[in-house]
Amino acid sequence: MARFGMVIDTTRCVGCMDCVVACKTENDVPEGLCRDWIVEEVRGTFPDLRMEIRSERCNHCDNPPCVYCCPTGASHVEDFGKLVQIDPKLCIGCKACLAACPYDARYIHPEGYADKCTFCVHRIEKGQDPACVAVCPTHCMHFGDLDDPQSEVRRLLASRPHHALLPAAGTRPRIYFLT
Amino acid sequence: MVELTSTRSNPMIDPGLHVWGWEIPVYLFLGGLVAGMMAISGYFLFTGRYKFANCACRVLPGISLVLLSLGMLALFLDLEHKLYVWRLYTTFKILSPMSWGSWILLLVYPALVANFLVSVPDFAGRRWARLRAFSDRILERHLLVRWIGAVNIVLGSLLGIYTGILLSALGARPLWSSALLGPLFLVSGLSSAAAFVHMIARDRDEREMLARADNGFLTIELVVIGLFLIGLITATEAHIRAAGLLLGGPYTAVFWVFVVGVGIVLPLVIQPLAVSHRIRHTAVAPILVIVGGLLLRIVIVYAGQASHWSPI
Amino acid sequence: MPELSRRRFLKISTGAAGLAAAGGALPRVPRLLAEPEAGEEIRTIPTFCDICFWKCGAIASVRDGRLWKIEGNPDDPLSRGRLCPRGTGGIGAHYDRDRLQAPLVRNQRRGAEEWVEVTWDEALGHVAEKMQAIKAEHGPEAVALYSHGIGGTFFKHTLKAFGSPNIAAPSFAQCRGPRDTGFLLTFGEDVGSPERTDIQNARCLVLIGSHLGENMHNTQVQEFAEAIGNDASIIVVDPRFSVAASKAQWYLPIKPGTDMALLLAWMNVLVTEELYDKEYVERYGFGFEAFRAEIASYTPEWAYPTTGIEPQTIRATAREMASRRPATLVHPGRRVVWYGDDAQRSRAIALINALLGSWGRKGGFYAPAGMDVPGYPAPPYPRSERGKVDNPGKKYPFAESALTTGIREATLTGKPYPIKGWLVYGTNLMQALPNQEETIRAIRALDLLVVVDVIPSEIAGWADVVLPESVYLERWDDLNVSWFRQPFVGLRQPVVESPADQKPNWWMARELARRLGLESYYPWKDIEEYLDVRLRGAGLSLAELKRKGIILGEKQPIYFDEGVPAEFPTPSGKIEFYSVALAEAGFDPVPRYQAPEEPPPGSFRLLYGRSPVHSFSRTQTNPLLAEMMDENELWLNADVARRYGLKSGDWVRLKNQDGVVSNRIRVKATARIRPDCVYMVHGFGHTAKGLRSAFGKGASDAQLITRYEVDPLMGATAMNLNFVTLEVEA
Repeated sequence: MARFGMVIDTTRCVGCMDCVVACKTENDVPEGLCRDWIVEEVRGTFPDLRMEIRSERCNHCDNPPCVYCCPTGASHVEDFGKLVQIDPKLCIGCKACLAACPYDARYIHPEGYADKCTFCVHRIEKGQDPACVAVCPTHCMHFGDLDDPQSEVRRLLASRPHHALLPAAGTRPRIYFLT
Repeated sequence: MVELTSTRSNPMIDPGLHVWGWEIPVYLFLGGLVAGMMAISGYFLFTGRYKFANCACRVLPGISLVLLSLGMLALFLDLEHKLYVWRLYTTFKILSPMSWGSWILLLVYPALVANFLVSVPDFAGRRWARLRAFSDRILERHLLVRWIGAVNIVLGSLLGIYTGILLSALGARPLWSSALLGPLFLVSGLSSAAAFVHMIARDRDEREMLARADNGFLTIELVVIGLFLIGLITATEAHIRAAGLLLGGPYTAVFWVFVVGVGIVLPLVIQPLAVSHRIRHTAVAPILVIVGGLLLRIVIVYAGQASHWSPI
Repeated sequence: MPELSRRRFLKISTGAAGLAAAGGALPRVPRLLAEPEAGEEIRTIPTFCDICFWKCGAIASVRDGRLWKIEGNPDDPLSRGRLCPRGTGGIGAHYDRDRLQAPLVRNQRRGAEEWVEVTWDEALGHVAEKMQAIKAEHGPEAVALYSHGIGGTFFKHTLKAFGSPNIAAPSFAQCRGPRDTGFLLTFGEDVGSPERTDIQNARCLVLIGSHLGENMHNTQVQEFAEAIGNDASIIVVDPRFSVAASKAQWYLPIKPGTDMALLLAWMNVLVTEELYDKEYVERYGFGFEAFRAEIASYTPEWAYPTTGIEPQTIRATAREMASRRPATLVHPGRRVVWYGDDAQRSRAIALINALLGSWGRKGGFYAPAGMDVPGYPAPPYPRSERGKVDNPGKKYPFAESALTTGIREATLTGKPYPIKGWLVYGTNLMQALPNQEETIRAIRALDLLVVVDVIPSEIAGWADVVLPESVYLERWDDLNVSWFRQPFVGLRQPVVESPADQKPNWWMARELARRLGLESYYPWKDIEEYLDVRLRGAGLSLAELKRKGIILGEKQPIYFDEGVPAEFPTPSGKIEFYSVALAEAGFDPVPRYQAPEEPPPGSFRLLYGRSPVHSFSRTQTNPLLAEMMDENELWLNADVARRYGLKSGDWVRLKNQDGVVSNRIRVKATARIRPDCVYMVHGFGHTAKGLRSAFGKGASDAQLITRYEVDPLMGATAMNLNFVTLEVEA
């Protein structure tokens, strides 16, 4: 069974927020909330500066604390792609998962349940890319099966330096940033 | 020099996590208080000294039922998807402390009711003779009473510890990332319960005994707090920064002055003096202990949400 | 913002979910709904975007009758199937709560933003009446049109039929005009829009102030990313460490206003170290020896104290550019109205490209091609005896498009003849033209101001008549036949209906024409007939275009070595390293450096730029895009901020050299900008009451641009000449 992840090339990302807007329209994300966001990290002193731009979202971790803490099973790992998803009909809105996520990737939907990036599962089931990946004008985002050695994501990871977010938190995230 | 900007601005998440307000600290406090009450009254039942500890055994169970229900109401008010609350009881998630808690709470009620029935308070006994009679029948069966006591001790302890594990299992908030949080909340709950009995017990010996017990619990609590902080500042960068919230950061004053100073140290000065009869027993120290217990939960819950892994 | 539709999520089949024994079987959690449920109908309609002027081909999705999302049209060579964030957020233009709803006529003094709603008949009748009155008293030329965007096509048609040649777009004198003049003078052709820059094949890309990535011209950014992916070496020259600078191997933090000195020094290095393309220059160049003599003194050592860029850096970057030629592209930029010598600076950029041999070569500048689609036959326009008003006596001899500020000037002075009526289509003149006070005075001199817009912008606030337009998702428009790497034609067609009494531009222009007695200029039955006739003239079918949105033409050669003739329509027929035309007109035949005025002590030069989620001042009420960015920030050097006791998020106001004070704006204290300047994104600080969701958010750079210089070659208004001091808000 596949294990989906993303590889994002920060050298090409310009932080334009297309991924944020596309996600909002594709998934009807309510006003005032976002499932993905742009982070700019600047280091150095002018003019010797370096900046990394990252498009961040739920990392669909292999060791997901949000799933462990959920008392009802609303947060769970699906067989399909080993993605971490939320079933709103089981969610009681206790917000433990919001507190459990070191990436602060979740939020409470106005209707009361926890919500977050789904990797556009409704699209990937049809063989399409998630909306953020499909819209990116710099083609910096790649989606695929991390367990398939022939997949583009695996080949990128094998050939380019990369890092994931907060490795010390022990979550084993599945989104990698090429540098 | 690092500049970090994020475009995310989600409610309850940005600029800092704030998912839990007063409801959760209140629940944790009441849960801890009830846990202490269960353990204390259970202890007297178990050791057969219930005749001696009239207040502990007669009054606490009834009060616990009320307080626990209030705590659960606070918990319910915190939920964002209230209509689905019953979903807690269609499954058991062994890795989720909250799932443990919801089932423990289900068991706590019958335990408390049994505890209540063992020695019904006088006014109830006078009012409903049948109740009194039933209670007397239970009291005759010493083994049953011991079992009820044991169950109350065990469930009380589980209740007290789990309130800490609820938080400590959330590793994303480094301030809570300590195995000592469970014992801390338990000993704080025991201390608050002991203080409560100390405050309302009419029997002088019972009062003294619980006051002494409280001094013991308060001392242990100080030690646990010390170990908790040591554990944080000798761990990772994220944990050191989290501890900083209480050691120079924004929560320093309220923690050391009110939680530790007024809520633990001051009672530890007053109560031993009272116990050694140098001053009279008053409600002052117990009230400080109880309020201190509530403040402890508030500070830990709020400061914990302010702690995070991200280096900036 | 589309109302939330949770029907997809809620319709989860509960399957075998049931109670679980403690520690035992977990309930089977059903998958989230993937397929549309029965009855959920999704239609896709191709069109092209109108949030900026790139006109990317898009495909809009309508779900159960409601506009859901917009994606790029994969057949479109401009967007290549991916829209920029503004295009992706285009549905917000339809859902914008602050949109104009119905025609308005003002009932108070101009600028009070008080109107009454009227019918289209009343509104257009009123406009026609006033236009006829102006014509009777001052002649038809006294009505001018400011137009920006493809939707202005039919208004231009009506106005020309009416007899006025006075039509201008701010994109010339307030934006890219100098660049086109500079390139015209050198190569005989302009840069065009979309620019004919072969970024994707560049092996070395030099950006002078161009902040691609924040400036979100879709194709340019896509190609920029490709160049990065191909390990092109990137050189960025900018007083601000832009996103583009963060991708660069060389970042040159140039002192504002001194770019010309750097360009001249680069030319000097290329020539003295003999790194330029000798063969190319010999074959195609004119006046090279005179040019060489002129630039001989512009050494890197000369440029260093002026620009702050060290000589070894100047040399190293020049050598890098040369090492990768001819696939070295010194990008001409887009909005280049900076210091008053902008046409000459653009000419300097053209000259460096000429030295590197990139014009007509892969990785440099290609020759674009356009689809040949004939117009709809219409009677000839009446000839104007008096001619255009904007550039009397060819005062700006090299202006090849009309000057918006020239029309404004004529309105103010009445010379060479008075302008008494303005029609404004799709351009917020209050934020686009420099020195708002002049614009207001000009408006006061008018008998008629008509504004066609989608939102109640600042310029609409001054209008006598406001005509609400349907947004692009609700209307037909003229065909997009942009010149690009490959010829193509794009169609705009309605996706959803207008929510209120808004109308498309072609309908307004035609109805106005009817009331002016000009129906003969609109012989077509309806817009579809118009488009159909045009397309059939090119052998294309409207039906097919409606389905596909884009029809591609045959690929043409685009480089010299593919067969494009190496012809340069200049006076000499060659690339003019030395311009006799300029010399004869009294200008420098080879560019010279002019030092800009320094900011007085304690003040900062005001710089401005773009955000990838906004277009000018027209998207701040788009709910999706406003969510991405609802106010601009003042970029302030971190050390300077510290001296002022300011941190990021603190409020300040800016006061310029003429005493104009801005709205308050939040500080962004950052290391990413020089201490001698401040920067903000253009388009905020709205003062129009009708723009409720954007009112008062951020500050307006346009308001602070009271000082400007006019380029003597072609009349552009340079705007980087304003100095501001900070006023800290409590």
